[in-house]
Amino acid sequence: MSVSRRAVLQAGVVAGGGLSLGWQLTGGAKAAVPGQLSAFVQIGSDGAIVIAAHQPEIGQGVRTSFPMMIAEELDVDWAQVTVQPVLGDRATYGYQLAGGSSATPTQFERMRRLGASARAMLVQAAATAWNVPASEITTGSAMLRHAASGRSARYAEMASAAAAITPPKPDSLALKNNADFKILGKRIPGVDNRAIATGKPLFGIDTRLPGMVHAAFAKSPVFGGKLKICNRAAALAVPGVKGLVNVAQRRDLKTQIDVGLPGIEMLQEGIAVLATSTWAAMKGREALACVWEGGDAAFQSTAAWEAAAAKAFKDGPQKPGYMNHGNAPAKLASAAKKVTADYSYPFLAHAALEPINATAHVKNGRCELWLSTQTPEDARRMVALALGLKVEDVVIHMMRSGGGFGRRLMNDFAVEAAVIAKAAGVPVKLTWDRPQDFAHDWLRPGGWHKLEAGLDEKGDIIAWHDHFVSFGADGALNPTAVIDGSLFPSGVIKDFRADVTVLPIASTLGWLRAPINNAFAFVTQGFIDDCAIAAGRDSLDYRRAVLGTPRAIPIAEEFSGETGEDMKGTPYNTGRMRGVLDKAAAMAGWGRAMPPRRGLGIAFHFSHLGYFANVVDASVGNDGAVTVHHVWVAADIGKQIVNLSGAENQVQGSVIDALGAALGQRITFAKGAVEQQNFGDFPLARMDMAPQVEVAFLSTDYPTTGLGEPAYPSLAPALAGAIHQATGKRLRQLPLDTSQLRA
Amino acid sequence: MKLNINGKPVEVAADPDMPLLWALRDVLGLTGTKFGCGAGFCGACTVQLDGEPVRGCQTPVSAVGTAKITTIEGLSASAWGRKLQDAWVALDVPQCGYCQAGQLLAAEALLRTTPKPTDADIDAAMSGNLCRCATYTRIRAAIKQAASA
Repeated sequence: MSVSRRAVLQAGVVAGGGLSLGWQLTGGAKAAVPGQLSAFVQIGSDGAIVIAAHQPEIGQGVRTSFPMMIAEELDVDWAQVTVQPVLGDRATYGYQLAGGSSATPTQFERMRRLGASARAMLVQAAATAWNVPASEITTGSAMLRHAASGRSARYAEMASAAAAITPPKPDSLALKNNADFKILGKRIPGVDNRAIATGKPLFGIDTRLPGMVHAAFAKSPVFGGKLKICNRAAALAVPGVKGLVNVAQRRDLKTQIDVGLPGIEMLQEGIAVLATSTWAAMKGREALACVWEGGDAAFQSTAAWEAAAAKAFKDGPQKPGYMNHGNAPAKLASAAKKVTADYSYPFLAHAALEPINATAHVKNGRCELWLSTQTPEDARRMVALALGLKVEDVVIHMMRSGGGFGRRLMNDFAVEAAVIAKAAGVPVKLTWDRPQDFAHDWLRPGGWHKLEAGLDEKGDIIAWHDHFVSFGADGALNPTAVIDGSLFPSGVIKDFRADVTVLPIASTLGWLRAPINNAFAFVTQGFIDDCAIAAGRDSLDYRRAVLGTPRAIPIAEEFSGETGEDMKGTPYNTGRMRGVLDKAAAMAGWGRAMPPRRGLGIAFHFSHLGYFANVVDASVGNDGAVTVHHVWVAADIGKQIVNLSGAENQVQGSVIDALGAALGQRITFAKGAVEQQNFGDFPLARMDMAPQVEVAFLSTDYPTTGLGEPAYPSLAPALAGAIHQATGKRLRQLPLDTSQLRA
Repeated sequence: MKLNINGKPVEVAADPDMPLLWALRDVLGLTGTKFGCGAGFCGACTVQLDGEPVRGCQTPVSAVGTAKITTIEGLSASAWGRKLQDAWVALDVPQCGYCQAGQLLAAEALLRTTPKPTDADIDAAMSGNLCRCATYTRIRAAIKQAASA
């Protein structure tokens, strides 16, 4: 879930300079509600402590972890806190985005300062009331105390007076020492857990409004395709169908500010079926029996792309020397040994379990939306543009998302719902079915790598050469398919060269959990194993040699800003990587003897500012079936884990998610359209394949960073390593073709 | 059409072919039962008919007859259901949470027939329910915690 550099710079402004955001509801007589200390903190006279959860919740736990940060510095007990979801409203709350594992690194300190600010206002109110110095007042569990005079008060008693105080300058606030934390670092269950376990309406798809109709939308499975023929009368004859809405193609909706992809932000043409139930709407869409023709993407097929990649490997790259550090060709020519290997990986879909949906109501020049989205501000601006409204006349209710994984960075569905609702004149809930989710996803692009390494006399890598083939329009790599200076081994191996060939694509590409990294780690870590084997050395020892002495290597100049977040000035720290590598190896007992057809594999990867290594224990049956028994993960995401329960959950989930992808997921195209329709041909990990996943967090003296993504990339290469140790066969293509592993 | 949902008789005005999933969600407003794939692959729409877990998206409302329907909104009526819900909350099982209604209804049916399930029992009973966030480690732990509660 990457974000553009532009977006992160904006976040930086919020986190660094513009700390007034979120304080704006306060300020003397302007306080709208008694006890409203800021946009984020309200303390009722009844003692209720209400903290705003302003980040989009997609399962990464921010509705819990962000209020925890505020509550810690507000100095209240977690049990005293009520968490309040809020609107998508950047002017009030600042940065609201679930992407790039960026929320924690960019907002951790800001959230703490919001809590500390509210606490300081309460302390000042008490100091004034008691006529004592503020410095003599202590707090805890939502109480104010003055030891010398023996006075005390509940926050509730001072909240109204505190709300009239001008908030202190954020930089003037003292924050707690980590050792004094009572909430941060603990295991705090998610605030919505009980509502989830009892089936309360929380998700976008649960929205129900008076007078609402349900909509299904027919559009071409080939991107940009035009309607040739359909049967409107048959659709209108379906019981429950109330009407049809024609939607015209729009190619001018390119307003995304948080996540922008060049030139392909488009509303596809189609026909919306309005009905009294989702089921009737979907039956109506079937009855339309639309036939589509043409489309920008009509030329696309997986078979043709595979042939084009093979041809590029044979004929040479389109863009030789796309990246070029040192002199890899010369080092390769003089190397004692050369190692070569080809790797590839497929397109992947996000397949969030909550199907794509949006509810919209357009009335009196305003549009109100209930959305499961990762980017509410983008949704707001795109809907405003699509309907010709002012941004402030679009209201976004941020609903809990039933998974995001990067899919809900894009708001095509919100625009569709708004356009349909405007025509309908009543509230409309648009729901895509699962085949549409696959057909109209923003896919993780596939890619091919032809690799060549030069080894010296000892077998160490002295040069690395990659011919990378992936996708883009107009001859340039798509932002979701880059190779750049943030990606290992750039910088770590000094003599490094990457050539590039770009294959044309017109379908929508997007960011999928740990984008780019989720593919590159399989390639680069697998190839390190290839080199280790060629050198006759152990995979762990060899990796230690590759990392070398602990040092901070600046991200190379060719940095696209697309591999996570703005990592400029964030070096690749080989010492931190060595730390997690050694820890994972120790946890797993690396080097121990394994039974026949069972092996251990190891891999590391840095992404989204997090250092991760894992060891996989897998066995291979005589039929080739792979069973993963255990995965040990060591992580370094800095000094402070925010919520230990949520943190472990993210890592365990990422690992098992990656396992499902490695063993079976693949999106293919034929005649311009995605071939996969449902979970039957795009298998996710299930309970019976889920291994035990043991997680260790190393606390290091670095800022805390995010966890939604960086545990994912290193699983697949470690699994391939374990399979190699078990069978002697190295699989270099994802998904892993286990039929090659039969005994 | 008359249905019995969570212990109460309910009159439903729905096309007999309408899947129970949509009758619950769109006609009756019981949105706890989730739409996931519409084809029986994911288990998000799991409800119980006379205690047996079934796919709401594959069960026409006309096929329910007099069977008693239990949805996530009625799970607390079961002692096993309450234990499972408590374990789900305490062990912090959910990530996005979307699949968990179906997971809980499948787990309750498991514990009612197999109060001390082995890992193999859990695999067999729960592998029809996808969790896209892959919270399987915790689902397994929560079932075991509920079983020993």
